[in-house]
Amino acid sequence: MAANPSSEAGVSRRRVLAAGGVSAAGLPLMSLAAERAAPAAPPRAPGAAVPVRLTVNGQAHSLSVDPRASLLDTVRERLGLTGTKKGCDHGQCGACTVHIGGRRALSCLTLAVAVRGPVTTIEGLAGPGGGLHPMQQAFIDQDAFQCGYCTPGQIMSAVACVQEGHAGSDDEIREYMSGNLCRCAAYPHIVKAVVQARGQMGRT
Amino acid sequence: MRPFAYERAPDAAAAVRLAGSAPADARSPVQYLAGGTNLVDYMRLDVLRPQIVVDINDLQDAHGEIEARPDGLHLGALARMADVADHPAVLRDYPVIAQSLQLAASAQLRNMASLGGNVLQRTRCQYFRDPSWTACNKRDPGSGCAALHGVNRKHAVLGASEHCIASYPGDFGQALVALDAAVTTVGPRGPRTLRFEDLHRPPGDTPQVETNLMPGELITGFVVPAGPWTRRSLYLKVRDRQSYEFALASAAVALDMDGGAVRQARIALGGVATRPWRAREAEAALAGKPLDHAAAPRRGGRRLRRRGRPRRRRLQDRPRPPNPGPRPDAGAGDGGLRCPTTPACPSPPNRLAP
Repeated sequence: MAANPSSEAGVSRRRVLAAGGVSAAGLPLMSLAAERAAPAAPPRAPGAAVPVRLTVNGQAHSLSVDPRASLLDTVRERLGLTGTKKGCDHGQCGACTVHIGGRRALSCLTLAVAVRGPVTTIEGLAGPGGGLHPMQQAFIDQDAFQCGYCTPGQIMSAVACVQEGHAGSDDEIREYMSGNLCRCAAYPHIVKAVVQARGQMGRT
Repeated sequence: MRPFAYERAPDAAAAVRLAGSAPADARSPVQYLAGGTNLVDYMRLDVLRPQIVVDINDLQDAHGEIEARPDGLHLGALARMADVADHPAVLRDYPVIAQSLQLAASAQLRNMASLGGNVLQRTRCQYFRDPSWTACNKRDPGSGCAALHGVNRKHAVLGASEHCIASYPGDFGQALVALDAAVTTVGPRGPRTLRFEDLHRPPGDTPQVETNLMPGELITGFVVPAGPWTRRSLYLKVRDRQSYEFALASAAVALDMDGGAVRQARIALGGVATRPWRAREAEAALAGKPLDHAAAPRRGGRRLRRRGRPRRRRLQDRPRPPNPGPRPDAGAGDGGLRCPTTPACPSPPNRLAP
């Protein structure tokens, strides 16, 4: 897979090789693209690392990433935020759901280099004092999980579902939560949890 | 996933320039990246192997509009499915478009996926998706078609060729083709406009070439002409699951009525054809006739049966590969066409995501 196993502190051979390319120059990407006017200009070498700035849960990170790295692998392996889960890695299960720019998105199909906007993961959902988000509390109150593997994705998706205004009825919740699969089939309790939290969240 | 070079384009002209910088001999040298919901998946499956990925998300300011104007609905290629599906003017005046988008994929995917990428999404044929199947003319031209004698319940019955029976998986494309939409593009030779109906090609003997876009040509938007029929429209989608699933069969329908009679019907069929499929014969069968629940299915269905029959017959008449002998799982009357993987014939994998 696309995980870049090298740690932030370590120096990989790939990165040394890539340093011969454009990434070490520290130029902003936009100017690079704009300056490449001649069609025959050689593109960046395949696999060349790309500098990115990611804001995750309010914290800014400057990273050099393999362009293949998904946002999912990047938050888990590079930033140590392992609350976001890898299920299918093909956009089919919803376990990797995070918020990007306030919208729910699948981090497995999002390349880290292509992220625009701040990212919120399950670790960023709790309040400043550490108190649980109403949706987290509702999942506990309603027993809305068994094994728990899909739960971070379910909760991130459920928060967005309420914020979008798509939690008006049980049927609407089921429709707009259909992108999050639960092999334990906790669906009835998940719907109850969304209903409980809906009243406490309001629409933002 | 194979290594690729990542570039960001600040505008459409730069995107086309970057696309032109790739070596021409590669199999899929350049891919534009918007939402990535289809592209990243297929790159991870090793079906698509671009050498350069050109990120066009910065084009959203210039090409992300959702505007209902007097002449029609203008949609930028970088508009996201969810935003179009929820747009008040689209919901009110173009319900078939809103419904075709809302009934596709999941909320997360609709937040990510662009309209331009949506219409260019690749087939869900499991033999195309899984490179461990060597025979796929769409993936490797000349290698054959494993679906012809494989699990092909969800494959095309309209527009197929002996080289490829993969169905076009999209929903939005059916609404566009039914409403006579146009596509605007910019390419190495500058901007142009083409009919959406002319965007996708029939598979013929080159199923690997799916559209009439030139190399490096980028879709910038869609224009859906206004008309009284756009309000009287709907998208009907039949699926194996109630939600988050591709169509077994679908129909985009818009009606121009003269009292109780049909002045003109606009009908497209999804899930059953190799490309967005305008059902002009069904339209002709309804034109000028009173519309009632008894007559409509009879007229349209008769035409479809006539069109759908040849492929089925061709399939059954085709010479079979050498028969390895009777299989314990071969049922009577199925011509020996059974799941190539397991006797139990479960649903093919990877049917969940759009």
